[in-house]
Amino acid sequence: MNKLAEIKGIKKWFALLLTYVIVQLLVSLNIINDYIMATITTICINIILAVSLNLITGFTGQFSLGHAGFMSIGAYTCAIIIMRYPSPLSFIIGLFLGAILAALLGFIVGLPTLRLRGDYLAIATLGMAEIIRFVFLNLDITNGAAGLFVGVQYTNWLWLYVFTAGTVILITNFVNSSHGRACISIREDEIAAEAMGINTTKYKVIAFIIGAFCAGIAGALYASYFYFIKPDLFGFLKSIDILVIVVLGGLGSISGSILAAFLLAIISSLLQSFPEIRMVIYSVLLIVIMLFRPQGIMGSKELSLSAFKSLGSIFERKNGGER
Amino acid sequence: MKRLLTLCVCFLIAVTLIGCSKGNQNEIRIGINYELSGGVATYGQSSVEGIEMAIEEINNAGGINGKKIVPIKYDNKSEPAEATTLANKLITQDKVVAILGPATSGSFKAEIPVANANKIPVASGSATADDVTVTSDGKVQEYAFRVCFNDSFQGTVMANFAADNLSAKKAVIIMDSSSDYGKGLAKNFKDNFVKAGGSIVAEEAYVAGDTDFNAILTKIKGLDFDVIYIPGYYNEAGLIIKQARAQGITAPVLGADGFDSPVLLELAGAEALNDIYFTNHYSSLDKDPAVVKFIEDFKAKYNKEPDAFNALGYDLAKFVCDAIARAEKLDGESIKKALEETENFVGVTGTLSVDEYHNPVKSIVVIGLENGVQTSSVKISP
Amino acid sequence: MEQFLQQIVNGVSLGSIYALIALGYTMVYGIIKLINFAHGDIYMLGAYIGYFCMTYFHLGVIPSLLIAMAICTLLGVIIERIAYKPLRNATRIAVLITAIGVSLFLEYGTMFFVKANVRSYPPLKGILTHSFKLGSIVVTAQQILIVCITIILMAFLQFIVKRTRIGKAMRAVSLDRDAAELMGINVDNTISFTFALGSALAGAAGILVGIYYNSINPLMGILPGLKAFVAAVFGGIGIIPGAMIGGYFIGTVEVMVAGYGNSMFKDAVVFAILILILIVKPSGLLGKETKEKV
Repeated sequence: MNKLAEIKGIKKWFALLLTYVIVQLLVSLNIINDYIMATITTICINIILAVSLNLITGFTGQFSLGHAGFMSIGAYTCAIIIMRYPSPLSFIIGLFLGAILAALLGFIVGLPTLRLRGDYLAIATLGMAEIIRFVFLNLDITNGAAGLFVGVQYTNWLWLYVFTAGTVILITNFVNSSHGRACISIREDEIAAEAMGINTTKYKVIAFIIGAFCAGIAGALYASYFYFIKPDLFGFLKSIDILVIVVLGGLGSISGSILAAFLLAIISSLLQSFPEIRMVIYSVLLIVIMLFRPQGIMGSKELSLSAFKSLGSIFERKNGGER
Repeated sequence: MKRLLTLCVCFLIAVTLIGCSKGNQNEIRIGINYELSGGVATYGQSSVEGIEMAIEEINNAGGINGKKIVPIKYDNKSEPAEATTLANKLITQDKVVAILGPATSGSFKAEIPVANANKIPVASGSATADDVTVTSDGKVQEYAFRVCFNDSFQGTVMANFAADNLSAKKAVIIMDSSSDYGKGLAKNFKDNFVKAGGSIVAEEAYVAGDTDFNAILTKIKGLDFDVIYIPGYYNEAGLIIKQARAQGITAPVLGADGFDSPVLLELAGAEALNDIYFTNHYSSLDKDPAVVKFIEDFKAKYNKEPDAFNALGYDLAKFVCDAIARAEKLDGESIKKALEETENFVGVTGTLSVDEYHNPVKSIVVIGLENGVQTSSVKISP
Repeated sequence: MEQFLQQIVNGVSLGSIYALIALGYTMVYGIIKLINFAHGDIYMLGAYIGYFCMTYFHLGVIPSLLIAMAICTLLGVIIERIAYKPLRNATRIAVLITAIGVSLFLEYGTMFFVKANVRSYPPLKGILTHSFKLGSIVVTAQQILIVCITIILMAFLQFIVKRTRIGKAMRAVSLDRDAAELMGINVDNTISFTFALGSALAGAAGILVGIYYNSINPLMGILPGLKAFVAAVFGGIGIIPGAMIGGYFIGTVEVMVAGYGNSMFKDAVVFAILILILIVKPSGLLGKETKEKV
């Protein structure tokens, strides 16, 4: 039995490695050109952002409109460090420092504001993100509105993949742990959860910190891929964009968030050829999808490919499924 | 596990869905990467109007060496990251030989590393920040060009004009702090105005999209100053001038080429536009036949007066096409070389040569407005 | 002191605009608990309708105002029927995303037809171009017009909500929708009516801004919309006098920060006050603490 579990573990890592190798191969063969790589980068960053916001909003039920604020902390920290000391090592240091600072801010902001419920929390987080933006707009080290020209690119497919897969695994495991169950119970009924002895504030703050940490990573990856950052990129509209991915994919569905990130990227690149009506079509699509599928593409279910399901069912019977 | 599989499958779908390209020997593909939606869509849309008019003219006249120009236009949503992505798309999939745009310095900067890596020249009509074509450590960005003045030139000219021609001693700056354009101009104006013996009594700031400047104006009204410098665009400048005059502030107002738009007059109203001076590329008083023809043609095509973005977009397309016509071969490197060798290119916004830092060398005019009409223009050569 | 009074005048005129937009937000939120992000764009449309009335049909200020309010009313009801009504029983977040979709649609739909560039209202004539001096304080006729129209509309709204049958229905639905339905109130019509009222006020705000600042563009609704929402939350969301107080307060704070501090921080201060209010008194200035029912 243990062997079966082991095989499953190995398979999981194998699948991970295989995806990496295939894409890396396609990149080397130039089948994936720079443009597709840039699109993949956008998708991966959006996956990290959406999955981490899903933890806060989808699983814990805390409505946050300030995710772009956390992202901007990661982006600016990493950008400032790699502009001073351009080396791959300082990129990694900058990335983690940015993520830690974002998490710290998540903690500081989360503690008082998480007492708020529903829309009030949404507005408070929105206000927080706007304040962060105004601070960046007025600091000298961030070069204000003119923004920072990073000029070097350290985010490559390896790092992108490591951090995207890492975030997805981290959050999946968290959600499936007892802590995650506690978070879900808060979403379902906060008062009942409290009555069951769950320290709701603690779990809300934990979810907030993890979400902010991952958003910080996404920001750092963004800053070291797209050469240029400015405060306006991390405004209210960016937070909304992330929320749209989460809701479109389905609140409480990690595979849904991943799927929605891909879907939106594909829609967006297909619409690039119609610059005049791109946003009109996008907004109509958004309304139509919400009208016909208000629970999002996946609802709160996770994606299961039937072909793999039958293959995986041998193992799942023993372990009671991955989730 | 399932999630990872989702990832794999999605990648494959994405890779097959995005991307398909085609090429043709009898055409020249030029990329247009502009802000057509989002926060600064108005600059992008104006620039593209000028570009499209220029390309149409060139194609009607038979194209370049018998080859038609095919513009490929994308919208970067006013996001630098999207500008990077689209530059990649234009170069790797659409196989363009040069890219025009984006309009703002930030997005343009985000495109330059892609251009350098792929050896495809990019040119902007309105990226004015000093460190666009030259990095802050003094290295020339090999494949980046522009047809507009940089901020330090405009700021310096205006500071000297204020000190010498208007004998101003004290100035107030109200700058657009949401753009590098406003900040760059303000800094250079300030440095040079102080150097010329003047002093800055107050510095105020606003962000693009603001409409209410009464608070700032009430605050400076009590101060003693000779001129107000407004480094920013016509959208806000028009309102500031209107509100300042309504509050009884009559001091001369100075600005830069961001003032050049018929919208300034519409917003401020003719009676408020007295004692206004701004630096610009050309003056409508100028009877240069190229300028007169451009203004007439533009009015005929779009049924409105051209603004600075229109004119710069027009010149940008002509400037790049001129270089393509002179280039030995139809590839990025030859076009870049031809762009570098540009001498006395006659455009609507002045006759320009490209200097070693890829900046245009061209004369500047200081325009004076009375009752909303251009009444004076002073030409200053660099 | 004179400067202070002048800043108060500036703040009150700005605050009137926020208050008018905030009223629509607060009523809609009160009745269906939806942050109607499209509300700021209705305000933008009001400004454009006014622009077309005055530029192409050469109508006066008051007829244009009435037409803009009428068309915005219609639009508000249509949007509610098409986009929000089918989602009455969906999660609130789904409706919110729909509202964002509607907001983007209005912004970029408008941009498609009128282009992104700024437009300006035709020059005003007659009394509206005057300004009055009280000592060294300057009050323009436009400022007086804005404040007067705002107050008239608010009084009218207060009358509808407090003194009419439909107003009573609105209050009942916002208190408890199911109970109201059992009492024989047509909930759908009441909600539509709320949207109609809110949209009419937003349309009025739009045209007033057009007259006052003389500058309109398709994205003009985003930031004032956001700030108006802040104003609504500040005053206590769902409470009509709260929205007025919130609007005037936010307008005045913004002007004071710009006038006596750093104009770059005026928006940041507004949001900081918001967060403080939310932490100290989440139900807003005039809101009542409600005990959560288990």
